[in-house]
Amino acid sequence: MDFNDTPQEASFRAEVRAFLDKNATRKAGANAAVRARFVDDDVIRRAKDWQAKKAAAGFAGMTWPKKWGGREATPIQQVIYNQEEQGYVVPRGVFEIGLGMCIPTMMAYAKPEQLERYVAPALRGEEVWCQLFSEPAGGSDLAALRTRAEPDGEDWVINGQKIWTSGAHFADYGIVVVRTDPNAKKHEGLSFFFLDMKSPGVEVRRIKQISGSSNFNEVFFTNVRVPDAQRLGKVGDGWKVSITTLMNERLAVGDAPGPDVDDIFQLARTVELDGEPAIRNAAVREKIATWYCQAQGLKYAKFRTITALSRGQTPGPESSITKVVSASKLQDIASFGMDLLGMSGGVMDPDLTPMNGWFQDAMLYSPGMRIAGGTDEVLRNIIAERVLGMPGDVRVDKDVPFNKIPGGKR
Amino acid sequence: MNFDFSDDLKQLRDQARRFLTERCGPAVPRRVLDGEATWDEGLWRAIVEMGWTGTAIPETYGGVGLGHEGLCVLAEEMGRAVAPVPFASSVYMATEAILVGGSESQKSAWLPKLAAGEAIGCFALAEGPGNPSPKRIKASVARGKLTGVKAPVADGSVATFAIVAANDESGRPGLYIVGLTGAGVTRTAVTTVDPTRDHATLTFDGAAAEKLAGSADGWAVVERVLNRAAVLFAFEQVGGAQACLDMAKNYAMERYAFGRPIASFQAIKHKLADVYVATELARSNAFYGAWALATDAADLPLAAATARVSATDAFHLASKENIQTHGGMGFTWQFDCHLYYRRARTLASVLGSQPFWRDRLVEGLEARNAA
Ligand SMILES: Cc1cc2nc3c(=O)[nH]c(=O)nc-3n(C[C@H](O)[C@H](O)[C@H](O)COP(=O)(O)OP(=O)(O)OC[C@H]3O[C@@H](n4cnc5c(N)ncnc54)[C@H](O)[C@@H]3O)c2cc1C
Repeated sequence: MDFNDTPQEASFRAEVRAFLDKNATRKAGANAAVRARFVDDDVIRRAKDWQAKKAAAGFAGMTWPKKWGGREATPIQQVIYNQEEQGYVVPRGVFEIGLGMCIPTMMAYAKPEQLERYVAPALRGEEVWCQLFSEPAGGSDLAALRTRAEPDGEDWVINGQKIWTSGAHFADYGIVVVRTDPNAKKHEGLSFFFLDMKSPGVEVRRIKQISGSSNFNEVFFTNVRVPDAQRLGKVGDGWKVSITTLMNERLAVGDAPGPDVDDIFQLARTVELDGEPAIRNAAVREKIATWYCQAQGLKYAKFRTITALSRGQTPGPESSITKVVSASKLQDIASFGMDLLGMSGGVMDPDLTPMNGWFQDAMLYSPGMRIAGGTDEVLRNIIAERVLGMPGDVRVDKDVPFNKIPGGKR
Repeated sequence: MNFDFSDDLKQLRDQARRFLTERCGPAVPRRVLDGEATWDEGLWRAIVEMGWTGTAIPETYGGVGLGHEGLCVLAEEMGRAVAPVPFASSVYMATEAILVGGSESQKSAWLPKLAAGEAIGCFALAEGPGNPSPKRIKASVARGKLTGVKAPVADGSVATFAIVAANDESGRPGLYIVGLTGAGVTRTAVTTVDPTRDHATLTFDGAAAEKLAGSADGWAVVERVLNRAAVLFAFEQVGGAQACLDMAKNYAMERYAFGRPIASFQAIKHKLADVYVATELARSNAFYGAWALATDAADLPLAAATARVSATDAFHLASKENIQTHGGMGFTWQFDCHLYYRRARTLASVLGSQPFWRDRLVEGLEARNAA
């Protein structure tokens, strides 16, 4: 066992560091209180600038084919880049979905001339993409979606509603899965398209989240015409195409960002409980030890995955454990950080509370981390079924035409 | 980065698993559980013959010189098999104590015997309820004679000698080598929740004791031994947790209720998913502990505490949820679930319990922060 880079990895890491040092600011201390901010116009502008620099230097879409602007990097090189970038303050939250999920799906199904048109602008950060999957009637049970597309000449006409669409309010394009045959079984009547978010009939309404910010949206479709040429996969194969997107999502989701065990440790050293530093308190120590074990366990599980990758093995659904563990850990750490502040635990004013109100902020946004990209429960199902080989849930909606499946009141 | 065991060690693991599956099926710990023996001497001899007792002992002292990563791999398999042999006491504790605390002549005298299985060691630290602390040591040595009572001592009736924590004439704690077959030693069996491992009270009344002479600060040596053993025990615990997960899953796939396998109920699926997550986190922390142990890294105290806390939690969870998954069958003497439930508990106590190790973990963070 060793943690050393190979000579090639070391020289690549040096290259990455040189790029980051030149173009980004290093995070000050280990516990720099980088309070999460809303994705506002300023963040979008900075994210676009940053994306353009990354693309120019060959650090965007790194694992993609060279002809699409990638460098055909190994998964290890991608990991090295991510590790290094974590040490810097860079804008996030704008391109992850487009480059992590939408464009890879395009690459698997779109025509070459479409890729010529769309990949490079996405890579350079000129065009933003969003993922129009979830609906009021279909979240975890995505295939229960109801938005309809009907053929009309060379076009399809879409009517219905999507929801929870992150970044739809600033996205230029989207990938969308819709129902083209309500008489077919649930998973068989779906088709998949990409579309211009400026198409007539697309209306985006922002949704205010618990945290007060509005990063996701409702998207209404009223007689939206999409050319058949923008279909990805065959008519009726929408489920299969969606799986491609979701597989990429699993690779794209990582640790829930926010205060971690090092941060609560620092907080416990600086605040007092019963007249002495909170870190002297046995209950505080016990919690910190437990979170440290989880954080380190995830870190070294990742190292094991990297080792497997470097030997040419593909990491399996084992990587599902990251979000299951880190999202709840974040939520618990955020609340416990507030406990450490006693009677002023709820105070968010950055001037009146330690670390700019980072813990309070995280308390409000962490619930979403346990839902987005597969809920805790869905991920446990995935672990049980795909890792442990246990049976799928009993389903009452199999083998029934979609329009005969019962629905609830919500 | 190469964060995995070498192919050679994986081969060793496969061999060990094959051997233990064949030679140490559930019937073996059961014979001890049912009181037919205090340990399996035949199994022990076979293990010695394969050289496992000398895994981490350098070749110059008659060992195999495979290093501590090799020992980690074997520990995981011993844990899976609930083997009723004094392997942990003799190899992770007594051998390690001599490796880290012994003088050159003590190493030359004892390590070859330990490797060859002629000597079986145990580690006598506890003196009744409480976690490891120099303040709790009452046993004392004067003019080479040991007086005091140590309990519980794992494998205390099986071992031929003990490494005993005791104070010297000026009250400084240290470790001593004490033969258990000579005068001044009384051994009485102690009943524990895990009869598959021998436990005893050792009463010393003027027994000959030789100080481990390789290091001046006695308690620091105790801590080093605890840290090193914590990593090795963590592998045993991970092996045990994995065995529970496998058992629970296999049973759930075959047991039907309400017209379907219980493995198709989410309450069972999610329970076992949680066990899987805890076991994988523990395994990953144990891997880092193995690296820290094998390289004697400065980070070892923190890495060992992390590995231990994580593995103790995982084995506890896995062993109790394995019983739960088996329903009434899991609560019977006849099914093997309780072998792991018992072993998980004694392993959780043997080096000091969770509050002690969690506290050490945070001490490790504090030390790193101060550095
Ligand atoms: C911050 C955020 C960003 C998002 N961004 C996007 C986006 O960009 N694009 C997009 O398409 N979607 C997005 N989503 C939607 C997200 O994918 C869904 O919210 C998620 O899949 C859950 O679906 P749901 O909200 O309909 O909840 P439901 O599916 O109704 O779930 C409600 C509860 O029931 C449980 N449940 C459901 N099914 C099962 C089952 N089989 N077994 C056990 N329990 C079950 C769930 O775990 C949950 O606890 C986002 C969500 C969030 C919170």
